[in-house]
Amino acid sequence: MRIRHLLCALLACAGLQAHAALKVVACEPEWAALATELGGDKLQASSATTALQDPHRIEARPSLIARVRNADLLVCTGMELEVGWLPVLLQQSGNARVAPGSAGFFEAGKYVTALDVPTRVDRSQGDVHTSGNPHIQLDPRNIALVAKALAERLAQLDAANARVYQERHAAFAARWAEAQRRWEQQAAPLKGLNVVVHHKNMGYLWQWLGMREIGTLEPKPGLEPSAGHLGALKAQLAKQPARLVVRAAYQDPRASQWLSEQARIPAVALPFTVGGNEQAKDLFGLFDSTLSLLLTAAR
Amino acid sequence: MFAFRTAVAGACLAVSVPSFVAAQQTTPAPTPTPASAFNPAISLILNGTYAHLSRDPETYRFQGFIPSGGEIGPGGRSFQLGESELTLSAAIDPTFNGRFTAAVTPENEVEVEEAWFERTGLFNGATLKGGRFLSAIGYLNGLHAHTWDFSDAPLAYQAFFGGALKNDGLQLRWLAPTDRFIALGAEVGAGRTFPGSDTSRNGAGVVALTAHVGDDLGASSSWRAGVSWLRHRATERSFDDSDSLGTAVTNSFTGRSTTWVLDAVYKWAPQGNATGRNLKLQGEYFRRTEKGMLDFDTTSQAGGPLSDSYRNTQSGWYAQAVYQFMPRWRVGTRYDRLDAGTARIGLVDNGTLTAADFPALAKAKPERSTVMLDYAPTEFSRVRLQFAADRSRGDGTDRQIFLQYIMSLGAHGAHSF
Repeated sequence: MRIRHLLCALLACAGLQAHAALKVVACEPEWAALATELGGDKLQASSATTALQDPHRIEARPSLIARVRNADLLVCTGMELEVGWLPVLLQQSGNARVAPGSAGFFEAGKYVTALDVPTRVDRSQGDVHTSGNPHIQLDPRNIALVAKALAERLAQLDAANARVYQERHAAFAARWAEAQRRWEQQAAPLKGLNVVVHHKNMGYLWQWLGMREIGTLEPKPGLEPSAGHLGALKAQLAKQPARLVVRAAYQDPRASQWLSEQARIPAVALPFTVGGNEQAKDLFGLFDSTLSLLLTAAR
Repeated sequence: MFAFRTAVAGACLAVSVPSFVAAQQTTPAPTPTPASAFNPAISLILNGTYAHLSRDPETYRFQGFIPSGGEIGPGGRSFQLGESELTLSAAIDPTFNGRFTAAVTPENEVEVEEAWFERTGLFNGATLKGGRFLSAIGYLNGLHAHTWDFSDAPLAYQAFFGGALKNDGLQLRWLAPTDRFIALGAEVGAGRTFPGSDTSRNGAGVVALTAHVGDDLGASSSWRAGVSWLRHRATERSFDDSDSLGTAVTNSFTGRSTTWVLDAVYKWAPQGNATGRNLKLQGEYFRRTEKGMLDFDTTSQAGGPLSDSYRNTQSGWYAQAVYQFMPRWRVGTRYDRLDAGTARIGLVDNGTLTAADFPALAKAKPERSTVMLDYAPTEFSRVRLQFAADRSRGDGTDRQIFLQYIMSLGAHGAHSF
């Protein structure tokens, strides 16, 4: 008898949950920002990581397990970016709604064309991802592709509000296309510029803006910059000069500062994702800030 | 008795399953996968040490503790191959996951470390595991040896469980639907290993209950703490000792062994970015009460063994700190302490024998101090230098130096907190 009461109470709770806002947990801040653009107050989006953390190396903390446990939708980049921590969250959360393959598991990387897909994969190459470079968020064209797919997924999961997601997506897509035109005009002076980058995580940005990455501070992806490698890079820059040395907000500034002093080129810390600096409060701010930092430094 | 109670609890949970499953059904999106994706992920851990020990490892023991017969002590001297750990894991079907870990010992024997299937989302937040698995008690118990921060297990794990506690049985875990991490678990198993015993019987030889709570403290810190309770049944669990004349005898214990474990771990990294610097503090406390009958000289030719009551409460703890002061480099320190307690032996209290007839159980407080320095070029390789002063034997100090390597080939599973 008492068990039946308890069951009824639990079912009532489950029923209430269905009417509450969709709980979206994003693996990276850019997808939490995108979900908020598309869902407004119909969903509650939070990010498992911040712009000041290396998305490859995240602790599968108890608080994250609890958040995944209660999520209706997980929005992650995929492409093995989260392979070091997301499987633990999925396994320990016991939440079948967001298991890979179910509607509650969304991988942004599936909807864009990957760069740097390796022809040879073994660990001697460093931290390479078999499905290509997973840092897809710095090309606004990728954001537009992911936005379309994510809006469809939200409408599928929360059919009662499907129209809201469609309308919000249409409005976002229009504003985004407008902003992209503006950014492309602003970025014209950056075309053909040579840059050195800390980690190979800005490839999509360079491709969009027509910039050229001529070196990395890391000897191989995921390996810390070493004195020997930096020395060789400095020698290389004497022959083939770069205009900027660029890093993401979460990366240690020491290596790029050293190269900046040695090669006499400005060091730039880009926000990399939403929350990476004061201006990058949302996706529009992320690109506004990225372009203004690059343009100022390259002037 | 407790086996029956557990069965009732399981049946109640099973009743509530169908309604939840119906509520959770989702439409799977089609995902094209290459054929190789159907192969299990394979990973292999290579490890080995060079050990320099001031005392002969053959004489290693924890004074005052009934020998566990498990993996205790610092291992052998000189160059040592550690256990090579081969793991295969995969999703079995949409419902089950499976994992198999075999340890190949340097003596060319294969041991099944883990072999389990798992059903996640059994009902909301619940996971059922079956087979042989590392028990969820405490903190370090659930972690594989290659993820440990020191080259050996804390003394408390060695003395209380003969290494890590593995269960052949079932485990049910449930995560509460709260913002704070609250995980509850229940396990039943055969309990064939210490402090249980390998005897033929029906029912469960061990029952364990676990509760863990965890959260963040701002952006930079997080913690997890827990309490575990476990009860083993021991039947004629024998151990070697010598009597007051120095003659080797075999004694055995039959009774109930109840262990409490408290565990806590705290991690700090600036803004949660552990790549550069990070700190990990960890500690566990064990307390075990054994109550039952002690048989003296079970192989005695003269009229069968002497037998009377036995009761003892023993405890142990360790605390450790590991600090990564720059990328790739970490230092760590650990302190271990055990308290063998005062054994109440009926045969001694009633004057049949004297305390000198049970030298292995004589009161002692073993302790050990350890420091280590390790270097990990990537997350797949690590070398470690470790020094320890071990006073477990109850007579003098064993000075230990270890140089260890741990290499990881193939798929590298994500690490738990």
